[in-house]
Amino acid sequence: MKKVIGIFCLLLVVCVATAMMSDQFLTKYNIENLLRRTGLFGILSVGVAFVIITSGIDLSIGSVVCLVGVGLPWMLTVLKVPLGLALLTVFGVSLGIGWAHGLLVTKLRIQPFVVTLCGLLIYRGLARGITRDQTMGFGNDFKALRWLATEKISAPGIEGFGVPLPFILMIGVAILAAILLNQTVHGRYLLALGRNEDAARYSGINTHRMIIMAYVICAAMAGFGGMLFVLDVNSAQPADFGNFYELYAIAAAVLGGCSLRGGQGTILGVILGTALMQVLRTMITLVDALPKNIEYAIIGAVILGGVATDELVKRYVAQRKAAKQLQA
Amino acid sequence: MSLDLAAAPAETTSAPLLEVRGIVKQFPGVKALREVNLTVSRGEVLAVVGENGAGKSTLMKILAGVQSYDAGTVLLDGVEIRVDSVEAALSHGIALIHQELNLADNLTVGANLFLGREPRRWGMVIDHDRIARDARQWLDRVGLEVDPQTLVSDLSIGRQQMVEIAKALSVNARVLIMDEPTSSLTQHEAEQLKNVIRDLSGRGVSIVYISHRLGEVRELAHRVSVLRDGANAGELRDGQITHENLVRLMVGRDVSQFYRRADATKESRAMAASNPPLLQARGLKTFAYPREALDFELRAGEIVGIAGLVGAGRTEVLQTLFGIEPAIEGEILISGKPVRALCPRDAIDAGLALVPEDRKAQGVILAMTVRSNLSLASLRQRQRRGFLPKAYEEELSARSIANLNIKTPGDEQEVGFLSGGNQQKVALGKWLALEPRILLLDEPTRGIDVGAKAEIYRIMESLAARGVGILFASSEMEEVLGLSDRALVMHEGRIRGVLARAELSEEAIMRLATGQAATPTLSTG
Repeated sequence: MKKVIGIFCLLLVVCVATAMMSDQFLTKYNIENLLRRTGLFGILSVGVAFVIITSGIDLSIGSVVCLVGVGLPWMLTVLKVPLGLALLTVFGVSLGIGWAHGLLVTKLRIQPFVVTLCGLLIYRGLARGITRDQTMGFGNDFKALRWLATEKISAPGIEGFGVPLPFILMIGVAILAAILLNQTVHGRYLLALGRNEDAARYSGINTHRMIIMAYVICAAMAGFGGMLFVLDVNSAQPADFGNFYELYAIAAAVLGGCSLRGGQGTILGVILGTALMQVLRTMITLVDALPKNIEYAIIGAVILGGVATDELVKRYVAQRKAAKQLQA
Repeated sequence: MSLDLAAAPAETTSAPLLEVRGIVKQFPGVKALREVNLTVSRGEVLAVVGENGAGKSTLMKILAGVQSYDAGTVLLDGVEIRVDSVEAALSHGIALIHQELNLADNLTVGANLFLGREPRRWGMVIDHDRIARDARQWLDRVGLEVDPQTLVSDLSIGRQQMVEIAKALSVNARVLIMDEPTSSLTQHEAEQLKNVIRDLSGRGVSIVYISHRLGEVRELAHRVSVLRDGANAGELRDGQITHENLVRLMVGRDVSQFYRRADATKESRAMAASNPPLLQARGLKTFAYPREALDFELRAGEIVGIAGLVGAGRTEVLQTLFGIEPAIEGEILISGKPVRALCPRDAIDAGLALVPEDRKAQGVILAMTVRSNLSLASLRQRQRRGFLPKAYEEELSARSIANLNIKTPGDEQEVGFLSGGNQQKVALGKWLALEPRILLLDEPTRGIDVGAKAEIYRIMESLAARGVGILFASSEMEEVLGLSDRALVMHEGRIRGVLARAELSEEAIMRLATGQAATPTLSTG
C-alpha cells in the first residue's frame, strides 16, 4: 500500500509540473487522449503483472499486439472472414499463445525470458509474413467494432468531454484482475508460488497450472489490447506495430510495485505506473524546453529512480527495525 | 596425546591464540548469540557442541568473517582484530571449512586451491605449471593423492573436503574452523579426516570443531565448549567429556524428561503396536536410489524414526510418499488400500502431510504472513467457489497460534520475522488444519531452540496419542532415540535394519547407518 501511495504522489508531481510548464496539458483533448492511452497500455500492463508475479516475464506482448492488430483487419478485409469467426480466431490464437508459453515454461522448464523472446520473434515474423508487410486497416467499415476503441462516454456536467471507452474497459479488466489476485484462492496461490515455488508445491498447490494460467491471462490481455489498439488507430504496419509495447508494460508493472523476483504487486499500482508512463510521454511532447528525441532516456531514468528509491526505503526500514529489536 | 596437552594448562602461562569476548548477534526476531566467550590455544582441538539453533554455526561464521556481529571483541594473540570480511579473517589466519562445501566444482583441484590468487606469468596469464606444482605440496599435507588437474566434481564429498582444508592451509591458516566436517563422510573418510586433524594440531594449527557426533568429540577434542540458546552453557575437559555431561549441558536439564515419552505413554504405545498398519510401502523405489526396493510400515498412533547419515536416502523416502517425486516402482498402501501419490495433492487427499526438511525453502513462505501461511494448504478444501474463506483463515490462525503457542506479534506478521522454532510451528500448523492421518516430518527440529524443540515433541506425541501415524527422519541421534517407537536405519538407499524401542542405542544405530553391521532384524514391524 505504501508503494501505491508513493507512485501516486510521483504521478501527481509529474502532472502538476507538466501542467505548470504547458498550458495544453489540462485541455479536454489532452486528458481524453491520456485516458485512452492509459486504458490501452493499462490492459497490457495488468496482463503482464500476473506473469511477473509468478517471477516470470513476457517479452512477446508487443508481437502479440502486432499479430492480432494486423491479423484481425487482414481476416476481415482481405480474407473476408465473418466478424464473429474472426474475433473467435483472434481470441483463440491469443489464448493458445499463452498456453504454449506456460507449457514450455513449466513442463520443459525453459526460462520465461527465452520462451517469450522466441515468441517475440515468431509472432512478429508471422504477422509480417501473412500480410506481406502491407499496412492493414479497416478503412471506413466496421464502424460498430471500432466504436469499442473510439467511443467516449460523456461525463455529465462537463461540456465536450468524454471518458474514452478503452479506459472504461481497462477499469473493468483491472477490477476483475484485482478480485482474482486478492479475493480468490488462485490469486493467493499465484502470490505464494511467486515468493517460493517450492514451498507452494509442498503445500499441495498445482504450481504448473497456476503458472500456465498467468501466461494465458497475459497473452489474452495482449490480444485484447492489440485489438483495441488497431481499432483505435485504424492502420497497422506489421513491421513496427506494437514495437516495444512489452517493455512499456513491464516498466509500468515494475514502476507500480511488481518485483521481477515475483510474489509482489498490486493492480492499482500497475495502473498508476501505466498512467505515469503516459504522462511522462505527454510531458515530453508538450513541454517545448524538452528535446523530443530523448523520450526513452527520460522514461528510463524515472523508472530507475523509482525502483532505486523503493530499494533504499526498504533497506532503511529494515535497518530501523533491526536497530529497534536490538534495543528491545 | 590429549592427556598431556590438557594437563599442561597452557592458558595460565601463555595467552590463548584466539579469544572471543562477549559476542552478540541479533537476527530479525531472535537473538542468536548473547555475549558468547570462547578461547583456543595454539595446536588445540576445541570442540564446540550444542543443539541445532544453539548458535554454533553463527559464531563460526562470525569468526570467519562471513557474518557480522553486533557487539563483542575478537582477539588474536591478545590483539583486537576486526573480522568484518572473509578476506580480513583469512589475513589473520582464520579459515572456515563450510558445512556446504564452497568449491567451484566445474574447476580443477589446483584452480580451486589458488582461486582468486592465481600465480601469473607476465602479470596476465595464469601459470598452470606452478599451480600444479604448488598444489601438490598442499595436497600432500592433507594426505590427498589426487592429480591437481582433476575436476572437483569428480571427487567424493570427503575428498572435496580435504581440498578445502588444503586450501585453508595454503593461505597459512592458524585457526581452522570446521562445521560438521564428518556429517557427509563415509566411515573411512572420517577416520582419515581425524588423522589429518591430529596431524595439524601437532603442527600447531588450532582447530575449532563443530560436531553432533559425541563419540567423535570424545575421541578428538582436548576441550569442549557447549553452547545453549546462544549462550555459553559450560566447558568440559578430558575426563569430564562424557556423553551424559555433554547432553546435560546441551539440553540444560535431564535428558529423560526432555525426550518425553519415557514410559508414561507405554500403554498407548503398546496399543499402537497392535493397530493394523496405516501406511505400508511395498517394494518402493525412490528416485534417488532407483535400484533399492524399500518395505516398511507405520501403524496408527505410532512414531517411527528414520535414522541414517546425510545422503542415506531418508528425505527421498518421505518425498516419494508425499508425491514430490513419484515413486519409480512399488506400492503405497494406506489402510490397506493402494494409493497413487503422483503429486502432493494426491498425497494430501490420501491423508498425508509432510513438514519438509528445509523450512525456509520448502516449509513456509517467509515473505507471507503467518495467517496466509497457516491457511495455504487447506485453502483448496475451504474455498468458497474459488473465493478466499477469510473468516476461516482468521479463525484458523487464531486457533493455531493459541494451540501451538506460536510467538508472534500478530497473524499479519511475516513469517520471516519469526524465530526458527515459531516458523517450524507454522510449517506444522498448516497441516494440522487438514487433520492428516499420517504426518511425515523431515528433520522436525533442525535449527530451532531447545524450548521450541520440546514443544514440537509434545505436539508429535499428542498427535500420536490421537491415532496419527508419524514417520520422521532425523539426523539427531537423541531425537531418534527419544521419540521413536521403532527406528528404520538407512544406509545408501537401503533400510539396513529396523530397531524396536528396546533395541535402540546410539551404537546400534551408528553401526547400521554406516553400513558395517549385519542386519539382525531386517523384517519390518
